[in-house]
Amino acid sequence: MSSMVYSWRLRAWQLLLLVLVLGGWYISSWNNQIAFFLGNPIVIAGRIWSWFMPIEISANFLFEDGLEGRADIYQHLGITLLETVLAFVIGTVAGMASGLWLGLSPQVSAILDPYIKAANSMPRVILAPIFALWFGLGIWSKVALAFTLVFFIVFFNVYQGVREVSPVLIANARMLGANAKQLLRTVYLPSATSWVFSSLHSSVGLAFVGAVVGEYLGSARGMGYLILQAEGTFDVNTVFAGIVVLTVFALLLDGLVSAIEKRLMKWQPRTSETEKL
Amino acid sequence: MTSALAFDQVSCVFKGNDGSASYTAVAHTSLTVEEGEFVAVVGPTGCGKSTLLNVAAGLLQPSSGTIHVFGQPLVGINQRAGYMFQTEALLPWRSAVQNVMLGLQYRNIAEKEARALALDWLERVGLKGFEDRYSHQLSGGMRKRVALAQTLVLDPDIILMDEPFSALDIQTRQLMENEVLELWTDKRKAVMFITHDLDEAISMSDRVIVLSAGPATHPIGNFKVDLPRPRDVAEIRTNPQFIQIHQQIWAVLRDEVLKGYSQQLQVKALA
Repeated sequence: MSSMVYSWRLRAWQLLLLVLVLGGWYISSWNNQIAFFLGNPIVIAGRIWSWFMPIEISANFLFEDGLEGRADIYQHLGITLLETVLAFVIGTVAGMASGLWLGLSPQVSAILDPYIKAANSMPRVILAPIFALWFGLGIWSKVALAFTLVFFIVFFNVYQGVREVSPVLIANARMLGANAKQLLRTVYLPSATSWVFSSLHSSVGLAFVGAVVGEYLGSARGMGYLILQAEGTFDVNTVFAGIVVLTVFALLLDGLVSAIEKRLMKWQPRTSETEKL
Repeated sequence: MTSALAFDQVSCVFKGNDGSASYTAVAHTSLTVEEGEFVAVVGPTGCGKSTLLNVAAGLLQPSSGTIHVFGQPLVGINQRAGYMFQTEALLPWRSAVQNVMLGLQYRNIAEKEARALALDWLERVGLKGFEDRYSHQLSGGMRKRVALAQTLVLDPDIILMDEPFSALDIQTRQLMENEVLELWTDKRKAVMFITHDLDEAISMSDRVIVLSAGPATHPIGNFKVDLPRPRDVAEIRTNPQFIQIHQQIWAVLRDEVLKGYSQQLQVKALA
């Protein structure tokens, strides 16, 4: 009961903080010079409305010129999300497969070790122009960039996870009669999965970063393209509107990962778990 | 009659890390475990008891010497043995019943049949109603019971146990010891039971083998335990014969325990 009250008050404080920040922002935007650099939250909200809603709003006291109902963001958002999801899925599968492979064969990992370290420390965003050259200005150059970001996070987590599987678990499975394939399926894979999930939260965000940065550096569609266009005309409100939309969708993707994690990882102990009687 | 397990002049030498001297854990050890016999192996801490058991399981190749299992030389994993580990060995992502089914699934036994067998064994170890719990939802004693069911469901001819109850509180421990004895009486499999607890060793076994302190552990005593069965591990400790055997073995073991302890102190002082 007390925890309910507590979470209510917590929500109230969080809401208050949001209102204060937005209010302060709005008031400071009365100064034209500040508004040029920081934008105006009301205009940003209007921009987001026009992006998503096909309904026109006539002039009123908040929006002097009214709002257009263009509903034209979906193709851009769809492209960006497609790139993100593709990179996320391909990167996760490839990272998991390579992590398992290298984790289980010490010789190969010893040979590849310096190259993996180099590839990981390289600032991979620099690869964007090369990927544009190889894969063109369509979605695949963005998928490739985001893939390189996702892959290494998942790879390192699985690699470490496989090497840290308790030797007793392995010995026990072998004594129970597991062959190499069964050992992989019943011990290594499930063990690696728990490590993958801890990395997926950071990698889903980075998949988004890869896709948007890729678009930003050269494309004809996508959220990164929209933001670049707005910057070209010093339209700071549209830039901020794009940031808000991207943030919301990154949170949604993260929530999706959490939901899947909760389903698959229900065996993991949660703190202070008690049974309802 | 061929022995269930026969060690012949087994030695285990471990390579030192980074060029330090190699370590002889076990030296020239010969011992046997007969069919249907419950053998307890006692020795001071760190003397290489678990090394011997890992050799018997086939998880570790001896540096020299041979092992025979029912007359056959042991190559690879000992297929006829079940192993109960000292530490947690259940898969945390599987429920109790799924853990017990693990070995059956490895043997490609049909899912339905495997589940029925596993449920039967969970009931036998007193865990009816806990089938779907994950290991973090079970107490230490319950986890040991699941591990016991996991091992016994495969009906191994040899059971290897490495201080299986050392992490349990004394009451749970005595309960489990009695239950293991009861299950063993039904089937009379060969058991090699490692422990550092002399009371546990005598109250459960037919024979107690005493190991010397490490390095270069080897057996230094072999005592027959002729106590009547069935036994209750708590009650039998007051039996005059038990006390007599205890005194005999302790006379041998005491010096080794002191030796092992002083060696550990030296190692710590050096480190």
